[in-house]
Amino acid sequence: MIENVDLTLVDWSRAQFALTAIYHWLFVPLTLGLSFIIAMMETIYVRTGNEEWKRITRFWMTLFGINFAIGIATGIILEFEFGTNWSNYSWFVGDIFGAPLAIEGILAFFLESTFVAVMFFGWNKVSKKFHLLSSWLVAIGANLSALWILVANGWMQNPVGMIFNPETARNEMVSFWQVLFNEVAVSKFLHTISSGFLLASMFVLGISAYYLLRKREDFLAKRSILIAGIFGLFSSLLVAYTGDSSARTLAKTQPVKFAAFEALYEGRQNAGLVAIGVLKESDRKLGEKAVNDFVFKVQIPGFLSVMTGGNKNAYVPGLYDLVNGNPSQGIMPVSEKITRGRTARDLLAEYKVAKQNNDLQKAGGISGMFRDKKFIDDYFRYFGYSFLGKPEEVVPNVKVTFYTFHLMVMLGFYFILVFAMALFFLFRGTLFKNRWFLWVALFSILLPYVAGEMGWVLAEMGRQPWIIQDLMPASAAVSQIGSGSVITTFILFAVLFTLLLIAEVSIMIRQIKLGPKH
Amino acid sequence: MNILISAVNRLFRFYHDGFRTMSWWGKRVWIIILIKLFVIFIILKIFFFRDFLQKKYETDEQKSEYVLDQLISK
Repeated sequence: MIENVDLTLVDWSRAQFALTAIYHWLFVPLTLGLSFIIAMMETIYVRTGNEEWKRITRFWMTLFGINFAIGIATGIILEFEFGTNWSNYSWFVGDIFGAPLAIEGILAFFLESTFVAVMFFGWNKVSKKFHLLSSWLVAIGANLSALWILVANGWMQNPVGMIFNPETARNEMVSFWQVLFNEVAVSKFLHTISSGFLLASMFVLGISAYYLLRKREDFLAKRSILIAGIFGLFSSLLVAYTGDSSARTLAKTQPVKFAAFEALYEGRQNAGLVAIGVLKESDRKLGEKAVNDFVFKVQIPGFLSVMTGGNKNAYVPGLYDLVNGNPSQGIMPVSEKITRGRTARDLLAEYKVAKQNNDLQKAGGISGMFRDKKFIDDYFRYFGYSFLGKPEEVVPNVKVTFYTFHLMVMLGFYFILVFAMALFFLFRGTLFKNRWFLWVALFSILLPYVAGEMGWVLAEMGRQPWIIQDLMPASAAVSQIGSGSVITTFILFAVLFTLLLIAEVSIMIRQIKLGPKH
Repeated sequence: MNILISAVNRLFRFYHDGFRTMSWWGKRVWIIILIKLFVIFIILKIFFFRDFLQKKYETDEQKSEYVLDQLISK
């Protein structure tokens, strides 16, 4: 049972993973987006032959290089943590994680050792076209590299394409394509890379605004704002679109997380989408958990129903429905899922006894049941629920989920506005007159980082208690190690990553102040 | 054979020249990369992040047995 587990160990292991992932994500999105911006700028240079565009490309390539180099290998620590802190999970996922991560590793190695080298060392040594091709391949490769990580993460959010083998205690991939085209993975990939494009565009816009404020690098700044404005506006609209489709997928695959996004406790038809709201803990309870009521809210009537079901009459289940069940809507109570999960787990225990007693016929029969579709659909898919003590444990922290979601969405609309205004002022030739906007653009550099991290907090905290949706809670995934060692490495990471961040920011600021070489 | 030697030679010179003529920031980030890789792969991996199952068990059967026990007993 979940209450027998050392929760300090689980919490510290989660905190360490969160810290590592958050720091890692400070470096990744700029690489994803800036690589494309550089490739576009270089394309203009190759097509026009204008040396100014080469200068612009090389300047942004320098900043790309600093970020790329400092960020490289920070993600590998996450893999170390899987093996050390989350060994039950690592074993249980089997080759589902191994295959995408191996592809990612090979891709990253070839990408980094060849095309990045051509990008930086190849000016005047290889032909213009080959250099340009390398820049595009770096951009495409970096984003494809992200695909494999997100495929692995998508599987954790919506496990598909596998069968559990009781003999090895591992999940075995039966359909690579189901894992790759998992609807959660696809929408997550598109949403994540477009948010990286947006972040990089804001980075370019903000630094260009800095140059205009300092009345220097006029040509570079205006041309960069043109590219960043167009790419940023396109990306921010794509982020909104993919965010909408991600939410639609989520409503289907992780309905508890979706209801927590909106702090929706009572399910209903014609459900409204909360635009802004403030929550307060009430006296009402969902099991033993306090219910959060709205102190105030502004909502768009019927929009949540339309978003999830295509029309206003669509029923959107709330947390009460999802925990206690709602037979009229065909929603199974969590208590029933716990019972079914325990049936699957008891059968696993029987399998072990049969094997110990050398009763191969019985062991073979049970093993066959874990491959049977009906058993999988009716019992094994609820395996993780067997570790839960109380039904309400499936509800994540509603306040954190609600506020991170709404702040992220608000920032999303803000970004659309900033990019639209940048293009408007640029085409009107009034960028210099509107210095206030240049300051806004400069300080907005940080905001996509905030929005991106919010997105990850939302995705990962919103799916608690699960490490693999419905199959394994975090408490069952953790290794039996001392929490002291996890706390030590947590502090080590905090120091290491902070030093790396300081190094990156200081080298980058120095290069920005220096500007492009004349 | 000569073509291969020439290609390897050109590749070597490409990287050699690239590193030799590296800018200030390039040298700085390479120092950081090397320190970081040392910390990650030598200090962290060897002393703090040994694979839990690898450390305790030798064979896959033993690992499966252990995880199965964990799944049943938790």
